[in-house]
Amino acid sequence: MPSSQTLLVLTGTILLGMAAGLVGTFAYLRRRALAGDVIAHCALPGLCLAFLLTESRTISVLLGGALLTGLLGACLISVLRRVSRLREDAILGTVLSVAYGGGIALTRSIQNTWRNERGADLESFIIGRAATMLRDDVIQIAVAAVFSGLVIVLIFKELKLLSFDEQFCRVQGWPATCLDLLLMLLTGITVIAGLPAVGVLLTAALLIVPVAAARFWTDRLSVMMITAAAFGAVSGAVGTLLSAHVNDLPTGPLIVLTATALFVLSWLLAPNRGWLWNRSPSPDPSTIHESRSSAGRQEQTE
Amino acid sequence: MIDAIAAAERVPMPFEAVFLWISGLLDIPVTNVQNAAWTMAVGALCAAACALVGCFLLLRRMAMLGDALSHSVLAGVGAVFLMTRSIDPFPMFLGAILAGIVTAVATQFLHRSASVPEDSSIGIVFTSLFAFGVVVVSQAKGVHLDLDCVLFGDLAFSGMNLRPTIGWLLPDSFRTLIPALLLTVAFLSLFWKELRLTSFDPALAMTLGFSVPLIHYLMTSVVAVVTVSAMEIVGLLVVALLIVPPCIARMLTDRLGRMLWLSVISGVSCITAGYLLALRWNSSAAGLAASVGGVELAVVLVLAPRYGVLGRMSRTIKLRTRIAAEDVLAGLYRRQEQLEETAPMTVPISECRVLAGNNFLAGLVVRRLCQRGLLQKIGQTAQFTNKGRRYAQHLVRSHRLWESFLSEHFDLSPDHLHDPAEVMEHYIGPAVQQQLLDDLQTPEADPHGRDIPNEPE
Repeated sequence: MPSSQTLLVLTGTILLGMAAGLVGTFAYLRRRALAGDVIAHCALPGLCLAFLLTESRTISVLLGGALLTGLLGACLISVLRRVSRLREDAILGTVLSVAYGGGIALTRSIQNTWRNERGADLESFIIGRAATMLRDDVIQIAVAAVFSGLVIVLIFKELKLLSFDEQFCRVQGWPATCLDLLLMLLTGITVIAGLPAVGVLLTAALLIVPVAAARFWTDRLSVMMITAAAFGAVSGAVGTLLSAHVNDLPTGPLIVLTATALFVLSWLLAPNRGWLWNRSPSPDPSTIHESRSSAGRQEQTE
Repeated sequence: MIDAIAAAERVPMPFEAVFLWISGLLDIPVTNVQNAAWTMAVGALCAAACALVGCFLLLRRMAMLGDALSHSVLAGVGAVFLMTRSIDPFPMFLGAILAGIVTAVATQFLHRSASVPEDSSIGIVFTSLFAFGVVVVSQAKGVHLDLDCVLFGDLAFSGMNLRPTIGWLLPDSFRTLIPALLLTVAFLSLFWKELRLTSFDPALAMTLGFSVPLIHYLMTSVVAVVTVSAMEIVGLLVVALLIVPPCIARMLTDRLGRMLWLSVISGVSCITAGYLLALRWNSSAAGLAASVGGVELAVVLVLAPRYGVLGRMSRTIKLRTRIAAEDVLAGLYRRQEQLEETAPMTVPISECRVLAGNNFLAGLVVRRLCQRGLLQKIGQTAQFTNKGRRYAQHLVRSHRLWESFLSEHFDLSPDHLHDPAEVMEHYIGPAVQQQLLDDLQTPEADPHGRDIPNEPE
């Protein structure tokens, strides 16, 4: 029987995995997978600034600051895309690394200033400290998960349209830019809620890896979302339990590694898109169809 | 060991007093000039190597791969440590290169064969490898391979860790950084032509018979070597040194050679400023170096002569004022034409402003016209000078020639001819006019029946 702390951590990581799977699906389809990474890196200076300005250790205040700078970073990317001659990848890399550098500089100087008092353990946000998650952290994650889940269920149709055919969505008169911003906000909320558990450097993985794994199994958006959420939850649970049983293994990286294992398994085993399926001698129905029709055409020409 | 240190000579520091004076002036607490100077030298080497390879990463749209590499070399270093239980640099380098190549290959593979979108495949590979690296490093307690070093680097201590090398006391990090920099320079000079070609036009390189994948993987290996040797100094923030200085250089120039040395300069300046600020504020040198890079980039984004925001804005305003001024002149010319009088016509300044678009630039436009001697101001009215009339005649001629050309060659109704000509008249020079004349066989009147004025002498 796991201890109550383990149960708490389990609840947190499972909820986080589910939320990340839901939100990540849209980020994946809109080719925004790395936006989550940028938001997470941009959150670090926000955490520090929130701490410096309010001198409080309340998690919600810190995460509020983080959300603010994270979304600012996302906006900065779209501004730079318009005004500078730099390409997308360079812009992402620059914003990410400069924000992370600023965050590191701030955490270091906070660490050096407040060394023995109140031990502002802001550095724990870099790799995460899931094993010592507090009730407040779990509540944050739960709120974020319920909020993102609700929003996604409520405007599922519109988000689906946006993800597959943005032009059509605009032509039909939907507020595509607002929907896009909303998705960015959801990504931000999920990433920020995950920071205490998984940390700045690895939160993005939760948005990407389970979703990419789910993509192998299905072509339907709703199924893919549910699968991704399930994969996220499983990674969270397995990662947490592994780190609880093996001494000293950090939880965040283990969650990511579990997700990676799921991804590799999906890539190997999934029907239709998987590696084994394509390797097996049973011929693909679509190629049979093609060869038949081409054979028919040949007969006709003869 | 102590004997060896005693026997090795300290490198003379000629400007010690000057240095102390400057650092005192800037209120930077430098206790040991020797250490500070060595630290800056280490930082400069590290920044230079990163900036050089970074330029090619940027040009080949591989900036995010650079980010990925900086995370995933940790996995290579960690795996080697697991196997050998030592922190010997050479196997670590091999591990890092291997991890770098695995990252590049796996990303390509997931993208091509498993049809994962490219950004997601980068995200999957590097986060997984990094997670693996973190797990391994967290197990490697008590040796010189700790997570703090990976996350923050220890530039500040690199200048203190001196070691006798070829008779001199040199920083320990030189033993990895100098080979890495030499390797980079050698690689760039050996493969200069190939790198340039594959960066700017991979398709052409392929048809000319260069192996694009080979260059790609060589490049990845060099980046991995540079990354792992710089990582010891600046930690994960090696990404900033790889990407930000080349971005700064890219905003300033279009030439590859110039881009390389500009990015080296900006990289070295970032890390030097970062180190000094870190001493001042008791913070992380690498973090502040990245921040300084961000500030430099922001300045360049605004002020760069050709591609900066201000530069482009001023060019737009220049163009808009020229067009507005030409509109005023052409408008006045037409009015004069309608009067059917030869006496010079005077027009109130306010009407000139209306012709100039009546926006915030209009007043300026009219004033410039007077300054350039195209209009003559008489009280609250203005009239053409001879120079102004000739200019206007040229414009109206362009306008009407273009209208004639459109009506000759395109199926447009007469009321659709004016607007395109109104746009084109500002861009038709003498050469185009001549071609239009040849095409239209010197027409007398435009499609609306108005005379096409002669080209003024």
